[in-house]
This record gives sequence, C-alpha cells and structure tokens, in this order.
Amino acid sequence: MSPAIIQVDVIIPTQTRYLDLIGSIGEHIAKEVDSYAGDREALAYHLNLVLTEATANAIKHAHDKEAKDTVRICIHIEEKQLTIKVYDHGQGFDLEAVAKPDFDHPKENGMGLFFIKTLMDSVTYTQQADGNVLEIIKYL
Amino acid sequence: MNFKLEKRNDCQVLTIQEERIDAHNSADLKAELLQLVEQGDEPIIVQLEQVRFIDSSGLGALLSGHKQALAKSGKLLLVNIQQPVLSMFEITRLNRVFEIYTTINEAFAAQS
Repeated sequence: MSPAIIQVDVIIPTQTRYLDLIGSIGEHIAKEVDSYAGDREALAYHLNLVLTEATANAIKHAHDKEAKDTVRICIHIEEKQLTIKVYDHGQGFDLEAVAKPDFDHPKENGMGLFFIKTLMDSVTYTQQADGNVLEIIKYL
Repeated sequence: MNFKLEKRNDCQVLTIQEERIDAHNSADLKAELLQLVEQGDEPIIVQLEQVRFIDSSGLGALLSGHKQALAKSGKLLLVNIQQPVLSMFEITRLNRVFEIYTTINEAFAAQS
C-alpha cells in the first residue's frame, strides 16, 4: 500500500481570531503522520506554532484590514515531507533581512520567523505580482 | 483574555485562564501587565498553569512586562509553566531572562 497523501486547503479572513483554528489543524495533522519516528507531541506543538506564526505574519502584512482580504493556507503531506504554503496579498517582506534574535538583548518582536526557521527544515518567501507565498518544509 | 488577579503575600498574582496565548489575545496580556506595573511596586507573579500553547507574541507580551517592571525596579516572575510551553522559553533563551519557579510557593519563598 502506498503512503497516504493528505492535503488541507484553508482560506480565512485576515483576523487573528482564526489562529486557533489553523494551529489546531496542525496539531491534528501531526497525529496523522504515521511515518514520523520522532516525538509526536513535540511535532504537534511545533506545527501548531509554525502555522500560527506564519498565519499571524500574513495577517499582519495584509494589504488592508478589510474583511474581504484573506489568507490561504495549504498543508500537504506526502511520504517523508510536509509542506506548508501560506499565501498573502500584502506588501511582502525580505525573509533574509529578518535578523536572528539577539539572545543577550531580547526584543519583543521578530521571534516568530526565528521559530519557523529553527523548528522546520526549509523556509522560502517568494513575492509575485498576484501575491506572496511563504513555503515551509519539514522532513518527516 | 480571561485571567484572575489577586493579592497574595504582598505580590500581585495574575493567573492566566486561557489554554492559548497567541496574537489574538497577547495584546490584552501586555496591556494588563503594563497596568499592573504602573499600579504599584509589588512583585508580579504570572501563573501559567492553564496555558498549553504560547507563540512569539505571547512571549513578547511577557517580555514587555518584565522590561517595564525592571525599569521601575520591580520584578515579574513566572510560575507553573507546562513543559511544552517552557520549551519555547528555552529555544529563545528567555528562560535565562525570566525568573521562573516551579510552584507559586517557591516564588513566594524567594521574595521573603
């Protein structure tokens, strides 16, 4: 039997009240990844966190706060790889320009992308005319 | 954000009554901590027993409270942190910044 493919596609308004929903989906998905040999409870928290941070980031950078603006989150699991794509229509940002936190002089902001980069295996951000996509990969 | 505030042993004890602190409610936490710092000079103890998830904005709100308290020669202590949440402090090295106690009684004892 070939490994199961799971794909979850969610579109939410750019409102932080939906972060809990998105994070919870990540937690549930962690329990469905049969092939994962690591700490599944930790994976559940990490997926919750990464989805929460990536979505909050997209909401923060949203073009306007009108209710019609949306964030699309796509989660795809195939064999040994989990891919998260978060699409936004905001002005975008430079992923490489986001500094690593200064642990001796911690700041209130900037820890979100640090969590994503630290807990996942690959992070890219691509700006396109019709929107931006943050792509996050975790090898299982 | 739901929380309970009480005065015990000359400390302001803020018990967070949420399972989750994220960008949706962290601004409330930040504002409440700022108000507590401005109200008086007693140590502030934040009880996190019920919190099973915290994100970067939640950590940022606590860090803001810590810095505000220090600026007024006060202090902010954290108690009863669940292990998965504590891991987030460890990844960001914030466990070296905050005074963290396993139980509230240990936090009280450290003040006397």
